[in-house]
Amino acid sequence: MSQENEDIYTRIVHDYLEGKREDQLYLAQQLGKWLLSRNISPEEVTDMHANVLEQLGDVPEFVKDSFQILTEIMIEYGNAYRSFDSWRSRHQQLQAEIAVASAMQQTLLPQTLPQYPNVDIGMISIPAKEMSGDFYHFLCESGNEFTVAIADITGKGIPAAMCMSMLRYAMDSLGEMKLAPGNMLRHLNSVVERNIDPCMFVTMQFGRYNTDRHAFRYATAGQEPGFLYRARENRFFDLEGQGTALGIAAGSEYEEREIYLEPGDFLILLTDGVTERKIGRYYIQREELVSFLEEETSASAQEMANHLYRRLLLLSQFELPDDYTMIVLRRT
Amino acid sequence: MELRIRENSQDGQHLLYVEGEIDAYTVSKLRERLLSLVNRPEVKRVDVDLCAVEYIDSTGIGTFVAAMKACKLSGCELAVQNLSPRVERIFRITGLYERMVLHKGESE
Repeated sequence: MSQENEDIYTRIVHDYLEGKREDQLYLAQQLGKWLLSRNISPEEVTDMHANVLEQLGDVPEFVKDSFQILTEIMIEYGNAYRSFDSWRSRHQQLQAEIAVASAMQQTLLPQTLPQYPNVDIGMISIPAKEMSGDFYHFLCESGNEFTVAIADITGKGIPAAMCMSMLRYAMDSLGEMKLAPGNMLRHLNSVVERNIDPCMFVTMQFGRYNTDRHAFRYATAGQEPGFLYRARENRFFDLEGQGTALGIAAGSEYEEREIYLEPGDFLILLTDGVTERKIGRYYIQREELVSFLEEETSASAQEMANHLYRRLLLLSQFELPDDYTMIVLRRT
Repeated sequence: MELRIRENSQDGQHLLYVEGEIDAYTVSKLRERLLSLVNRPEVKRVDVDLCAVEYIDSTGIGTFVAAMKACKLSGCELAVQNLSPRVERIFRITGLYERMVLHKGESE
């Protein structure tokens, strides 16, 4: 403990004993904060106080002895404070590392959407926490074809982010091979199954959109079914397809399906953060989502995605327990 | 919401009754119980009754995936039964239903 701190402490005690004013007590509070910031322990403050008493005059032996008890107790308070302080520093360090990882994760996700004539694309992806377990990817393959992937990695946080980077790099290297959707999922399953924690898995829908034929050929690996809107019938259908999530079983095969979009038709791909939404005590039903989407059929793809997100956020009273991702592909 | 697990066991066969919501906050209790069981050499079979589970999230499904993988190594049999419609749907979508659900007539 520095002599300077002890001198200030002594001065404040002397002044208070003479004046006994509120502003002097306030000054003592500020001194407390200052001593904390200088890492002065409670037992050191106890010592300072004992020294001040001795300067003031003869201190009875029993008062001096009683300070031994107070010092021992303050040592325990000091230990608790030091471990809290160490935890707080570590927490701040981790927060800083997570912020860096979160910024890196953003670089794994596309910042712009593909632009093609006669196809209107909208997308929204909002993480529930700092790091997202939802993944999406677009790859423009040629003048008339692009691929789209939407995926949900078990859990959130750093493990999900690390898995996401594995997925992204695997997709980048496989992308050059222009694999059929079923083959792409088969290869990704092989990568994920060998490299992921046994408790984790990835759900994914991967498809290729041909803008000349307006055909969407896709395969599904455990992903929550999206929706297909048929303008002529003014009706929504589930985007059918099934396959085992990635990382669950080696050698899984993925069935492909193909659908054709007529003018005004659109597709909605989504993660379970959209459908597994709790409104008060009940979970929202797919029929309710459809009824909300029915009000948006004339909106642009991006407006549709934004409007549904806002509506669900309001209904759930600003609770967003899971990552939320939705992609809209509309034939104009 | 709290997760409760009761257990009946006889001759190396164990039945776990799970009650509550299986999510990121409660899953560790199920994970510890299930993985420690299926990894024990004397345990031949584990059935998990989910009739009182109304909600399971992906971390809950992940626990069953991990237990299923552990069973491949230990030789233990694992099955889930009595799924509520909501839970059954998630097992079906992820592809676990065919691998883990005990069908009628298979129990004997």
